[in-house]
Formats: sequence, C-alpha cells, structure tokens
Amino acid sequence: MSEIDDKERPLDVERLRGDFPILSQEVNGKPLVYLDNAATTQKPTAVIDSICDYYREYNSNIHRGVHTLSQRATDAYERARVRTMDFLGAGRPEEIIFVRGATEGINLVSQAYLRPRIEPGDEIVISTLEHHSNIVPWQLLREQAGAVLKVAPVDDNGAIDIQAYKDLLGERTKFVSLVHVSNALGTINPIREMVAMAREKEIPVLVDGAQAAAHGRVDIDKLGCDFYTISGHKMYGPTGIGALYGKAQLLEEMPPYHGGGEMILSVTFDKTEYNRLPYKFEAGTPDIAGAIGLGAALEYIEEAGIESIEAHEKNLLDYATAAVSSIDGVEIIGRAPAKAGILSFIIDGVHPHDAGTILDQQGVAVRAGHHCAQPVLERLGVQATVRASFALYNTREEIDLLAQGITKAVEVFA
Amino acid sequence: MSGLRDLYQELILDHGKSPRNHRPMDGCTHQANGFNPVCGDKVNLYLSCEDGRVTDASFEGNGCAISTASASMLTQMVKGKSVEDIFELRRMVGAMLTSSPGEHDQEEIEKLGKLAAFSGVCEFPGRVKCATLAWHTLDAALKDDEETISTE
Repeated sequence: MSEIDDKERPLDVERLRGDFPILSQEVNGKPLVYLDNAATTQKPTAVIDSICDYYREYNSNIHRGVHTLSQRATDAYERARVRTMDFLGAGRPEEIIFVRGATEGINLVSQAYLRPRIEPGDEIVISTLEHHSNIVPWQLLREQAGAVLKVAPVDDNGAIDIQAYKDLLGERTKFVSLVHVSNALGTINPIREMVAMAREKEIPVLVDGAQAAAHGRVDIDKLGCDFYTISGHKMYGPTGIGALYGKAQLLEEMPPYHGGGEMILSVTFDKTEYNRLPYKFEAGTPDIAGAIGLGAALEYIEEAGIESIEAHEKNLLDYATAAVSSIDGVEIIGRAPAKAGILSFIIDGVHPHDAGTILDQQGVAVRAGHHCAQPVLERLGVQATVRASFALYNTREEIDLLAQGITKAVEVFA
Repeated sequence: MSGLRDLYQELILDHGKSPRNHRPMDGCTHQANGFNPVCGDKVNLYLSCEDGRVTDASFEGNGCAISTASASMLTQMVKGKSVEDIFELRRMVGAMLTSSPGEHDQEEIEKLGKLAAFSGVCEFPGRVKCATLAWHTLDAALKDDEETISTE
C-alpha cells in the first residue's frame, strides 16, 4: 500500500454512489447498507455497460476472426490486459494472464510452476492469515509431491510474526505464497519486506492480492514478487475473471496449465507447439466480456483515485472501529497496526449468524462465519466472526446504522 | 421487525441461551455427530434406547441460537417416544422447516407442540440448515451412521 501523497483528494462519495445502481434499493424495508465488500463489491454502471456493450455491439471470438467484430473484440480484450498491467505496475502485457480469479491464479502457479520442480521434503512457506484458497492448492501439492507446508505465525492481534517468518525461510524452501491483505481480519502484511526476505534467498514468491488491489496501490515493479494474483469481482468488476501476473522468464519456463485451443501455434497428432505468452496459459475461448468488464472496473478505480479510496476506507475503518468497540459486549477480532477496511468482531452472547440475520433485517449486509479462513480464526480463539468490510461508496452514516444494528442484536439476546 | 420476532421467538431465545440436556452421555446406545461446514455449527447427539423407545437424549456442541435451540428442544421432544414416532416427528419438523412461507400444514404444526416455535424459520432460507442440523444428526444416530453428518 502506498504512502498518502499529493494524488490524494477526498472522494465525492455521494456522486460515486450514484454510479452503483444496486445501492439505491431497500432491503427488508430499509435502505441497503452494503458492508460485505470483502466477499464481493458492487458494480458501477460503467462496468455493467461495458459488458452489455460487448454483447450488444461486438460480441465475437478473439484472436482468430478476420472480420471486423472479431477485431474489435480482440482489441478490447487486449486493452483490458494492458490496463491490468498498468494498474498493477507490471512491465509487459504478456506477463498478465487472465484467469477466473485469484483462486485459479494460485492453482495455476502451484501446478504449472511448482509441481514440476518440487521434490519430496521441499518446503512451501505460507502464513496463518491465508484464505483457504492459498492453503488448499499447496496441500494438494503436498499430497502429489510430498512437499512440506510451513506456516508463519501471527501474534494475538493478527499481525504476522516477521522474525518467525524469516526463520522459516531455509535451504529447503522452494516457494513462498503470502496473502497481501487478510480477508478475515484486514491485516495488511508488510509485503515488500516479506518478499524481499524471500528474494534475498532466491526463493520465488506469489502474493495473493484478492483483498488488496482495490484498496491501495499495488506496484509490482517495486514489490519485486514473482507472481501476483487478483479477482475482478472484488474490485468492482464481474465475477469469473481475474488476473495472474507472472515474471515472463518464469512463465516461459512453465508448461501450460490447461490444453486446448488458443494456447497452441500448431497441432499434429505427433507434436503440438505451444503459443507464446500470455496465450500459452489461456486455453479455450476466454471470458471476453469478463476481461472487458475488469478493464472498465480498473479504469473506474483509477478515475476515482486509488490513493483517495485508500484514505477514505482508512477513515471509515477508524470510525467503525471506534463506533463498534464502544458497544458493550463487542470485541474486535484482529487489531494489527496496519489494517485495510475490514472489521471483524464478536458480540458477547450473540452468535455471528444470529447477528448477521438481525443486521440483514435492518438492511445491513455483512458476512458472518469463518470467512474461508478457519486457521487464523482458530489461532485467535474464535470459530466465527461478524465481518463488515468497506468500499469506496460506504459512508459514516452507514456505519452508524451498523452500530445501531449491533445494539439491536444485543437487545434481542439480552 | 415482525419477521425477526417470528424467527427469534421467546422459546428459541430461551433454549438458545440455556440449552436443556446439554451434556455428554456415558453408556448411550446411539450417537452421531452433525456439522455445518459453512458456519462451523456442531451438534453431537447422544441417545439411550430401550425396547425401541428413547429413554434419554442429550447433546454437546456449539452454534447459533437457532441450531442450539433446535438441538435442545429435540432432546426434550424425543425422550419417551418410540423410534417409529420419532421418525414421524422428524418428518413433520422437516416439512415445517422447508415448506414455503404460508404453505404450512397447520394441523401438523399443532401436533408439533413447542417445536412449532420454529415455524418462522422457513422465511429465512439462509437459516433453515441451522434448524435442521440436529434433526439430520438424529437420523444418523438412529440409523447408526458413524460418519459425521454434514449439512452440505
């Protein structure tokens, strides 16, 4: 996440809210307060229109048609790739692979990069903060190749124990895969420092940016990681599309992940020649509309200003932390010094699912449960939390309604 | 808020807060473990049966108010009943929890006694599994199914 600099200007939240048609509805008779942005963000009209325009005006397959519509579709798809590259601060368009989301990005790296290289007893380092999507693909590799999974611990606040992480990086460490921002707690990892520690030992690093990239500047060039992956739907884009950045040299060395059309140059029954990057990793007709929608979402974020979004969400987090923790019986789970706009909490005597239902009846959408990150919740001694997560369109008034809803839940169960 | 009051009736809040028969059981004849992987709710159910009749029932576990109250009331309701009657009770509870709002069989619901407190749950589709977990676990216990029962 970048330092606040002169690019930061206050967001015009009221105007931006008007860009999101879904926000103007009532839910259960109350104005919708959407605070489940870590699960998925809402979509601005610009994104919705970009998808509709593609299907209404130039729907065509890409990279092979000689006709005009196919060329338009190809241009739009490749523009989305360049925009993703620029947005992430990567250097070359062919280093951006379109995937279904961060989950597929991680699976691609585990199977196409690491699996051919790993020997029984080799170690993969992750952290306690990981989402299940950055745990299970490595466990599969453990089963397939006898790899050993090492887990960097967190402290009681949910902040990474950086020294313990450093100590895990040893001679047998073949790969490091780390979350940038924890989806369950909001912890922002000191990711540059962590990547540098691994790179110093020439250990390749993947960063799971699913919860980070829409909430602060990701500069891959400065970050120095080997792979970085994002999910479009958590960044105001459509579901089913995401991107994997990989260093060209590593991507070149890797075998394809999926076989099929698009990823080949020529096929005979004796021999198939693979296509060049990035197409080697994009078998089959891709999610063209999704990529175009992702491009529109990134353009939207850039226009709003990622630094301004970061400052706005930090402001909301501070306000929400104060408002929610002042309610009797509420405990914030995850108090790392650096946090993104995610507030996880428990309420004494009220199970998170009951709290979620009561909040929903008041129009407030939150997530209740283990957030697909069971190990970190277990580490902090809870099975489930209520999670409110913020986006560029949220307001202090909405946080007041969240706090009122929590108070109501406490009353129901008093 | 009428919907909320339908869901969290006094009886459910009471059993959720102070579950009855919330204890392990030595020497039980039937036992099964239920788990909802989506939310982590757990119900470990114990039954003692004699001559085709449940003589004692208890549970351990943790979860939301709905799942805890459901397990608590289940243990009260099955005690003293024949296994045959319990399966019929289980069928009626299942029908109540999964029927569309407004399409309840009122006659059956009256037969359910205090379990009718759960009749509002069907209006909250996301919470139906909280209420059914204990009853799925009951099925497994009576059928001597040793696998953990999952709602998924």
